Amino acid sequence: MDLKKLKRAGEHQWLIEPHGDMRVPGLIFATRELVEAMDEKVYEQVVNVATLPGICSPSMAMPDAHWGYGFPVGGVAAFDADQGGVVSAGGVGFDISCGVRCLLTGISASRIHQVKTRLADALFSTVPAGLGSRGQIRLNNRQLDDMLEGGARWAVASGWGEEADLERIEEHGQVSDAKPAYVSDKAKERMRDEVGTLGSGNHYLELQEVAEVHDERSASGFGLKRGEVVVSIHCGSRGLGHQIGTDYLREMVLCAGSYGIRLPDRELACAPVHSPEGQRYLGAMRAAINVALANRQVITHLTRKAFAEVIPGSELRLLYDVSHNTCKVEEHEVDGTMKNVYIHRKGATRAWGPGHEGLPLALRPFGQPVLIGGSMGTCSYVLVGTESGMKLSLGSACHGAGRSMSRRQALKQWNGRKVVDELAERGIIIRSPSMRGVAEEAPGAYKDVTEVVDAAHVSGIAMKVAKLVPIITIKG
Amino acid sequence: MTNRPANETPWEHFHHEADIGVRGYGSTVEEAFENAALALTSVMTDLSLVDPQTEVAIECSSPDVEVLFVDWLNAIVYEMDTRRMLFSRFSVSLNGELLHAKAWGETIDVPKHKPAVEVKGATFTELKVATDDDDRWLAQCVVDV
Repeated sequence: MDLKKLKRAGEHQWLIEPHGDMRVPGLIFATRELVEAMDEKVYEQVVNVATLPGICSPSMAMPDAHWGYGFPVGGVAAFDADQGGVVSAGGVGFDISCGVRCLLTGISASRIHQVKTRLADALFSTVPAGLGSRGQIRLNNRQLDDMLEGGARWAVASGWGEEADLERIEEHGQVSDAKPAYVSDKAKERMRDEVGTLGSGNHYLELQEVAEVHDERSASGFGLKRGEVVVSIHCGSRGLGHQIGTDYLREMVLCAGSYGIRLPDRELACAPVHSPEGQRYLGAMRAAINVALANRQVITHLTRKAFAEVIPGSELRLLYDVSHNTCKVEEHEVDGTMKNVYIHRKGATRAWGPGHEGLPLALRPFGQPVLIGGSMGTCSYVLVGTESGMKLSLGSACHGAGRSMSRRQALKQWNGRKVVDELAERGIIIRSPSMRGVAEEAPGAYKDVTEVVDAAHVSGIAMKVAKLVPIITIKG
Repeated sequence: MTNRPANETPWEHFHHEADIGVRGYGSTVEEAFENAALALTSVMTDLSLVDPQTEVAIECSSPDVEVLFVDWLNAIVYEMDTRRMLFSRFSVSLNGELLHAKAWGETIDVPKHKPAVEVKGATFTELKVATDDDDRWLAQCVVDV
């Protein structure tokens, strides 16, 4: 991206002054190097989002932003429904409520290393991963609708997990106002036997060692101890979310014009919050959030089962579960007054600061854990939301490394088997049904997650708590 | 049948930073749709590994040919996902707003097909259905993976 088009607005903050049809400025959180490496398309997309009706925050891009559909991946924007504000299917993305869940094992890395091959095999055979894999459960229509309304709460009530898990999930495991009636039969059909599956692409289940602690107080509050192992699960709402994205993107593309909305790019497809299309999308999208929460809950249960086989007596507790493709109603300061806004986070993580009443009591003194997935074989991070971030980025931060290379390029450059062997030499076990998938996800095909996280840290939108390095990766 | 030289690939992938673009060429719009569907399958696996054993009928409709193209790819994604199949042969016929098609393929066999990333859906990004200077049809869009 051309720096000349930006104005430096603070430490790692870059402003795009309103021009043309922009209703608000653009604001990019990133180091100079990250901004320079960003595609011009990100600039274009940040500008386009700023033209949408009712936008009441800057059109923001997080440090890991890259070219998306309509909104950039790493895009954040809030809309005021009473000022004609819109909800956008393209502003949420296809994998609705894709997110990361982190489980604390309390087990030392040295203990895990003693059993890691057995544990990798147990996890790989217990948690279905990869294209075409099915879950262990086939749901009837009634159960599907119950899951769409009940989320992780439904999963726990059905025997997958523990009541205590729920308070460590956004919205306590269940988003209200989900409307299964607005979810197409096709979307439900795609989910019938996909509950409890990881999916493919950049989705994974990973055992990670807490390698560095940057903030002792928060780490201790989160239960993160150097040398201990956590489990991170990255996946979303599977076929159901993809189909809802597909259905409503099409519908919004066709209806936007009838509300007088001029779309600079069809992928910005949106409808006013106060419109039948907007309301139906919100109801369906919330059902997809519940499905993602239920999916990660069932996978948690399967993970515990695999652990129990190999390390009897192990107890896996939730640190937190946070999504990074959502639109949620939250109260934020807009023009000096607190207001309920529709905040879109596409490839961006909610990052609430300390004291927020939506956080469980045990986490409230510290702030919300922000779980950042790295690329396979590199590292991941736990950050914490900040007071300053609540104002700067409406309580939002980055979500991961972001690709730096297309799948095609990665496939040309790497061989999956070789990647697995090289990582094995470094003590990292990879289990995947697809070596081509491994090549496409090679660590070198991603940006340096540390640079992304440092940019978030220095700009103050979220602070570093701990660095996690992989031991076992189950790759979809 | 196509008039293009035999050595010319009738489909290709094009660059998108995080995802992938699929593009099909043809002497008719139908053929461009068929070839773009081959490009779609090749995002996931090597086409030559998929035996066209089982036939599946696919229908969709839209007054806008570009929206119809997105619908076509999404209909294939839906059939692949719910039937757990991969397809390696397609036949498309257009009748006004209606698309009737047949897809041939087989159930996913992980050791055989070694499927990589699954396609979540076709998008409106870089969407284009048009003829080029040589009157050759092109149908393309980015798919989300």
